[in-house]
Amino acid sequence: MKIDESLPLEYSTEENRLKILGFWIFLGAEIALFSTLFAVYFTLENRFGTGPSAQEIFHMPPVMIETILLLTSSFTIGLGIHAMRLGLKKAMMTFFVITLMLGLGFLGVEIYEFVTYVNEGATIQTSAFLSALMTLLGTHGLHVTFGLFWGTAILLQVRKRGLTPETANKSFIFSLYWHFLDVVWIFIFSFVYLKGLMVL
Amino acid sequence: MKWDEFFVFTGDPMLFAAMISIIVGAISIVVGLTYFKKWAYLWREWLTTVDHKKIGVMYILVALIMLFRGGVDALLMRGQTAMPENGLLNAQHYNEIFTTHGVIMILFMAMPFIIGLMNVIIPLQIGARDVAFPRLNSVSFWLFAAGAGLFNISFIIGGSPDAGWSAYFPLASLEFSPTVGNNYYALSLQIAGLGTLMTGINFVVTILKMRAPGMTWMKMPMFTWSVLITNVIIVFAFPVLTVALALMTMDRQFGTKFFAMQDGGMDMLWANLFWVWGHPEVYIVILPAFGIFSEIISTFARKNLYGYKSMVVSMVAISLLSFVVWAHHFYTMGHGVMVNSIFSISTMAIAVPTGVKIFNWLLTLHKGKISFTTPMLYSLAFIPIFTIGGVTGVMLAMASADYQYHNTMFLVAHFHYVLIPGTVFAVIAGFHFWFPKVFGFRLNEKLGKLGFWFITISFNVAFFPLFILGLNGMTRRMYTYSESTGYGPLNMLSFIGAVGLGIGFIILVYNIYWSIRYSPRDEDGDPWDARSLEWATHSPVPVYNFARVPKINELDAFWFAKKNNRMLSDDPYEPIHMPSNSGMPFLMSGAFFAAGFCAVFSWWIPAIIFTIAIFVFMALRSFEQDHGYYISVEEIERTERELGGDKK
Ligand SMILES: [Cu+2]
Repeated sequence: MKIDESLPLEYSTEENRLKILGFWIFLGAEIALFSTLFAVYFTLENRFGTGPSAQEIFHMPPVMIETILLLTSSFTIGLGIHAMRLGLKKAMMTFFVITLMLGLGFLGVEIYEFVTYVNEGATIQTSAFLSALMTLLGTHGLHVTFGLFWGTAILLQVRKRGLTPETANKSFIFSLYWHFLDVVWIFIFSFVYLKGLMVL
Repeated sequence: MKWDEFFVFTGDPMLFAAMISIIVGAISIVVGLTYFKKWAYLWREWLTTVDHKKIGVMYILVALIMLFRGGVDALLMRGQTAMPENGLLNAQHYNEIFTTHGVIMILFMAMPFIIGLMNVIIPLQIGARDVAFPRLNSVSFWLFAAGAGLFNISFIIGGSPDAGWSAYFPLASLEFSPTVGNNYYALSLQIAGLGTLMTGINFVVTILKMRAPGMTWMKMPMFTWSVLITNVIIVFAFPVLTVALALMTMDRQFGTKFFAMQDGGMDMLWANLFWVWGHPEVYIVILPAFGIFSEIISTFARKNLYGYKSMVVSMVAISLLSFVVWAHHFYTMGHGVMVNSIFSISTMAIAVPTGVKIFNWLLTLHKGKISFTTPMLYSLAFIPIFTIGGVTGVMLAMASADYQYHNTMFLVAHFHYVLIPGTVFAVIAGFHFWFPKVFGFRLNEKLGKLGFWFITISFNVAFFPLFILGLNGMTRRMYTYSESTGYGPLNMLSFIGAVGLGIGFIILVYNIYWSIRYSPRDEDGDPWDARSLEWATHSPVPVYNFARVPKINELDAFWFAKKNNRMLSDDPYEPIHMPSNSGMPFLMSGAFFAAGFCAVFSWWIPAIIFTIAIFVFMALRSFEQDHGYYISVEEIERTERELGGDKK
């Protein structure tokens, strides 16, 4: 394997460069996936039948907490990658652990939010609006859940093998994924929650 | 669920016979493999392979099997409608068969055939040693195989889907399609679709990043261009299918209300989602066909392709337009004049770049020294027949006129007139053209031409009458009709054509058998005197593809190197890095299959266990440390000597 020293570790081999490009294209597909879910949501957002409307079920406090947790985690993983580029294994791992803890916190609040909805009689079967809402949120939440496992697996590998071209590449790709989930959440926050609470 | 619902053969002798034949076939394969001690060989050389050539061959093999499965469906349909009030199939059975025919032919025959050719040829054509992600490529194939397997067992276990290949709601809802058939539809396409998406990513990266030095954008062969554009479409269209199928599963099995007729659901949402994927899908199967025809026409006209740049531009234009025409599939289903007009115009606009391509092919032929080989015959027949399909497409694109044609046999005739001379002729032509590349000898030309005439003539006999039947008012998916309609004679004619098509495909398969046994093996790796890089190496291709990476300085560099007696590279041999084989993709797709099967019947606990198994495989892959292996210079020298010496 040829290692190009002039490039950051995660870009240093041909295989690494291919993987990063491949992951960007995968994110393109993910954008198409979430765009479709948003389109479904926008089509159905006012079709709540006899169930509750968006204004009746959305509560701002848990959503604000989720937003703050996820935005912060996007920042901390950025710091983690920065530390990785400086070759600071310990600092990088610390930032990754913080990121995953914040992600776990986000997931906890989101589950709490779902339980609240169900207790208020708003289930995924109640109306087309709720089916679309919970599918959109659920898909994002499942991505975060998958990310928690994936990030943990990468952390274990960094701990054992140190910062090699391979582990650096994986960590970098994981950070792209995590930033992407943050971007999707910003759209959810703006176009689902804020829009839903607006009185027109 | 009771056993007699589980095994659907009870009471139907035809299904019973089918099931018995499947079981006998499976047992004889197992016995044969054991008797000839081929299990280890099968595992080592095929099931665990990450070699793009072998993966391509497996894709094509499955596609050929599916061609026959879908073909039998077609013969049954044409047989049932050959006479008024025929009793070969009942209404339910007919519904299932037209559904599986459509799904299988598009998703399990046309697409894998194309992806198979793509796998075999693209790395060779760009001078690469493999695709960007060989292991992922194997995952793609096995997911496709798992999806195909799951879809096909629906036939004997639980019942096939019966709401058409487009599975419109509310017809496909639990209320109107209560069997597990549409659960199979959603889950098997989901699994196969995941594989296709990964193929898309893999080939985009491969073509963007792994071209031989010097092969700039405008020096890429046309097939490579078409595949690049196709895979970009795959990356953006398939996630829409993923979502649509997931919503279908949730509506049918978890009681959500997306497409429901109460609680705010919207059945037309399905039609929109389906065709936002479905129309680009049409171009996913047709653009590579255009690429194949471009290669073949230029090779056998002994001329470079006319209008190379306009070919590329028109394919890009087609790919963009393909995303903004989807509503032409349901002009009659209640959107306003404005929407219909917009989609009508965008649809007709596609005829322009397509027309440009047709003229480019004609001008490539103009003053060429044409040799009438089997692949060339298919390519020549494609041009006029496909044009009939295209012109009737423009007729259908006119929204107001479509109120007359919509869902009639006219439509059925139209899309068969594009898909068969377009995609099917292309994959058969490509199959004949590239067969010697993979196996080192040509298919028999005499049998090839006999098959060509059978297929081409029978195709027109089978489908031209449907245009007239459609204009006379016969609708599609009609399982029978009364004698007074007068549809009988033309339907009988169409049935005769269908039988002829079947014979044509049997000749094709017989040709494979005959050629494997008797075809002369003295080919020199370039039997057609072709132009592009895949012919610059030995046939069959050694595992590393090229002993030296070729250097490119013009379009059709291999052709000019040949004519000027020059080498494409004279670098010394260097050790070649290769990826190692792995059984994990195969085993993981087994878990996908099992999880899918359990989910079809809503057996959630085993479904979850198998899903966890999938994630375990992913975790194992993450922790695995595998850096492949190297082929030494001595081994390259030995292999090259055995294959008959140095190549250009
Ligand atoms: Cu269309």
